[in-house]
Amino acid sequence: MDQTVVRSESIPKVRPAGSAPAPVQEVRDDVETLWVSRETAGDVLTRLKRSAPTRMMLFDITAIDERQRTHRAGQPDSDFTIVYHLMQFDRASKAPHREVRIKVALLMASLTMPSMVDIWPNANWYEREIFDLFGIHFSGHPDLRRILTPPTWTTHPLRKDHYARATEMKPYDLTEDREFAEQEALRFNPEAWGMQRRSANSDFMFLNLGPNHPSVHGVFRIVLQLEGEEIVEAVPDIGFHHRGAEKMGERQSWHSYIPYTDRIDYLGGVMNNFPYVMAVEQLAGITVPPRAEMIRVMLAELFRLASHLVFYGTMSQDVGQLSPVFYMFTDRERVFEIIEAICGFRMHPAWFRIGGVAADLPQGWDTLIRSFLDYLPKRLDEYEKLVMRNRLFKARTVGVGAYSLDEAIEWGITGPGLRACGLDWDYRRRHPYSCYDQLEFDIPVAQKGDCYDRVVVHIAEMRQSLRIIRQCLDQMPGGPVKADHPLTTPPPRAKTMHDIETLITHFLNVSWGPVIPAGEARACVEATKGLNSYYLVSDGGTMSYRTRIRTPSFAHLQMIPLISRGTYIADLIAIIGSIDFVMADVDR
Amino acid sequence: MTLGFGILEIVVSLAAMLSAAAGLTWVERRLLGFWQDRAGPNRVGPFGTLQAVADGVKLLFKQDWIPPFADRGVFILAPAAGMATVLLGFAVIPVTAGWSVAGHLNVGILFFLAMTSLGVYSVVLGGWASNNKFALLGGMRAAAQMVSYEVFMGLSLLGTVMLAHSFSLVDIVMAQGRMWFIVPQFLGFVTFLLAGIAETHRLPFDLPEGENELGAGFHTEYSGMKFGMFFIAEYAGIVLIASMITTLFLGGWLGPVLPPVVWFLLKTGLTICFFILLRAALPRPRYDQLMMFGWKVLLPVCLLNVAVTGAAILLFSPTG
Repeated sequence: MDQTVVRSESIPKVRPAGSAPAPVQEVRDDVETLWVSRETAGDVLTRLKRSAPTRMMLFDITAIDERQRTHRAGQPDSDFTIVYHLMQFDRASKAPHREVRIKVALLMASLTMPSMVDIWPNANWYEREIFDLFGIHFSGHPDLRRILTPPTWTTHPLRKDHYARATEMKPYDLTEDREFAEQEALRFNPEAWGMQRRSANSDFMFLNLGPNHPSVHGVFRIVLQLEGEEIVEAVPDIGFHHRGAEKMGERQSWHSYIPYTDRIDYLGGVMNNFPYVMAVEQLAGITVPPRAEMIRVMLAELFRLASHLVFYGTMSQDVGQLSPVFYMFTDRERVFEIIEAICGFRMHPAWFRIGGVAADLPQGWDTLIRSFLDYLPKRLDEYEKLVMRNRLFKARTVGVGAYSLDEAIEWGITGPGLRACGLDWDYRRRHPYSCYDQLEFDIPVAQKGDCYDRVVVHIAEMRQSLRIIRQCLDQMPGGPVKADHPLTTPPPRAKTMHDIETLITHFLNVSWGPVIPAGEARACVEATKGLNSYYLVSDGGTMSYRTRIRTPSFAHLQMIPLISRGTYIADLIAIIGSIDFVMADVDR
Repeated sequence: MTLGFGILEIVVSLAAMLSAAAGLTWVERRLLGFWQDRAGPNRVGPFGTLQAVADGVKLLFKQDWIPPFADRGVFILAPAAGMATVLLGFAVIPVTAGWSVAGHLNVGILFFLAMTSLGVYSVVLGGWASNNKFALLGGMRAAAQMVSYEVFMGLSLLGTVMLAHSFSLVDIVMAQGRMWFIVPQFLGFVTFLLAGIAETHRLPFDLPEGENELGAGFHTEYSGMKFGMFFIAEYAGIVLIASMITTLFLGGWLGPVLPPVVWFLLKTGLTICFFILLRAALPRPRYDQLMMFGWKVLLPVCLLNVAVTGAAILLFSPTG
């Protein structure tokens, strides 16, 4: 169990001059957690950003509705808590990994928080999300609008007193007046999007790219202000894919929420289960047996391959190349054959369990994987010639959509998009989880941070994934695939057949669900598209009190305006393709 | 009698053309399927050969819808204009020495160029009349692309005209008795091929459609048989450009052993397959890159070709 009490000598670094020491909260993960007052929060965050030896990324901002929480002894009074999660990005790979969680208590009487957009530009969308879902006002925010729910929405769904299920509300009725109002709300008004209608010498054209467009990879809308085909301003509009995944987490048992996580980054499959079950295991204090760890890593890497193959194919298709996508989907089918043989499902296996994985590997799994490991590298060589060395492909992607390393960290870019800027930062290496510390792999980087380099990094990562899978194949330890722990859900089957205690636990864990001890923990993984983390708050119940899902795609889309201004529509399509996102991962 | 024969010839040519274009949609999909490791349409009729018929029937039975915001007259006219110009272009193609509608026309090449130029109107007007921004962008791209590629399409053909001393396509084929013009006119061949791809707006030069960027480009708002006409016109355009390449550079119907008409069909067919292969293989350049390539690379190459051809003729011509 990873329960680190924060050392006191680390506190002065963040204490603003002349104020009382910030109270430290004990949490079950290894993130320094500090409470600061609303007035000093901006100061503390600024100091953390400036004083860090290298760079602090604003990793996430979220909120917790504390009003119904019972287990919060030792924490300041709070109705709503704003949680800032910072992460250090250091060039030197030996530097200790550091993450800081800053909490600010807000009382019902004044639900206002100063905006941090001036400190980190990527606070923008996170604050809008909290405004939308919790109804907390951010003073000084440049554009405080709803982001996930429609503009006509009136409630704040993540508040504890908000209903969670359709059965708790009146049937929906679309009256004519309401229909009219909804239609009116959709009328496009350039000024509301921060766009001018005309400049000194031309009238601009406004183009609504999406939410239904072949190249936006899902339901994603970008409002474009165009001069000819040149983009003057681009404003992304998200939320069309919002399914309330975080709210569902509060109404599903810890166990039955696992399949929901599959559908967050729907190309990542079990990669989504990974951070969720790890966070629950931290809360429950479960140590996963080595065989289960390696099975998890192997499957996660197989899904990384599947996801990157889709990225590679669709990227080349986005710049007009018709064929590669078919070849790569054929290869992905081979990956799914293996996954299906192991899990019984293809895209959404929901295969990880609290304390292990659902079942042991089937007979013959190694032959399947071995033949695949021999098959894919040759195909990747072919694609290298077909796509990466194609001069037209290069003409479309080299130098297009580039951002610098500084910009990437300012905007919360992680994953291949960050490594394409020359920083060899990989969570699997910086903060090894599961059994990644026993495996050898390189962290591919590229230097220019443009569309082409992002593809280069993705491809190199596929080869590294193959390398990791081969090691898993050779080093797969024996032993159980589930932890011997009362909260393992469902508990190891052999035992349930022999002793009544385990049978009762089994019965309770799969009917009510396991009761996870109160506390807070987050687990983060290097997912297919960047850092994906689950921040779970347990109030000692059968369901999560708060489930926060930090996804990479959300952060990445926020940067589109910055890198697409002044380019052409065709470039924007290449940029979108190279970012590698899925809308389910953005909207959750 | 000649008039009757002439009309019969036109009817046969048109029917052959249209069915070739429709059949080509099936050929293309099967070939793409073959190259992309998948089946392609293989259900309707033997090997799916009747797919084109099924598609035609489907398009005919679709609702003939004109968007209320479109410019009605132009909207209807545009696909018809596209179809008509391509079909008219075929009039000058000599399938064999004796079989062509107007192969002996003494301005054959100019007529062909005129028709392809007029074809641009169909795309531009279609995009404009749709009153849709994606269609408009497609139409604008088409206008810019075709105007620039039109310029050296004409220039690329000049070499063959100089060698054959004639604008008539029959004469040009006859002049290739000893050697196909693809050999002395290789630069002309390459530039004409590129211009032809741009002219038929096929991938990699399909920017007016640019499905990944503009949805369906200029024909976004079209459906039913009006879309079908754009569609067939595109394929008829491929057949036209391919038969033009056969005629100008590959010796037309000339060839040993086999009857002339077979040679013509064989050469044209292979050229068409090459067009399809390009589509399967290449990504699409950006609009400004395409323009730059046209004006800064292809145009100078064409001019050079004309100058060199002229100089060569002056040097080696017996009358010189």
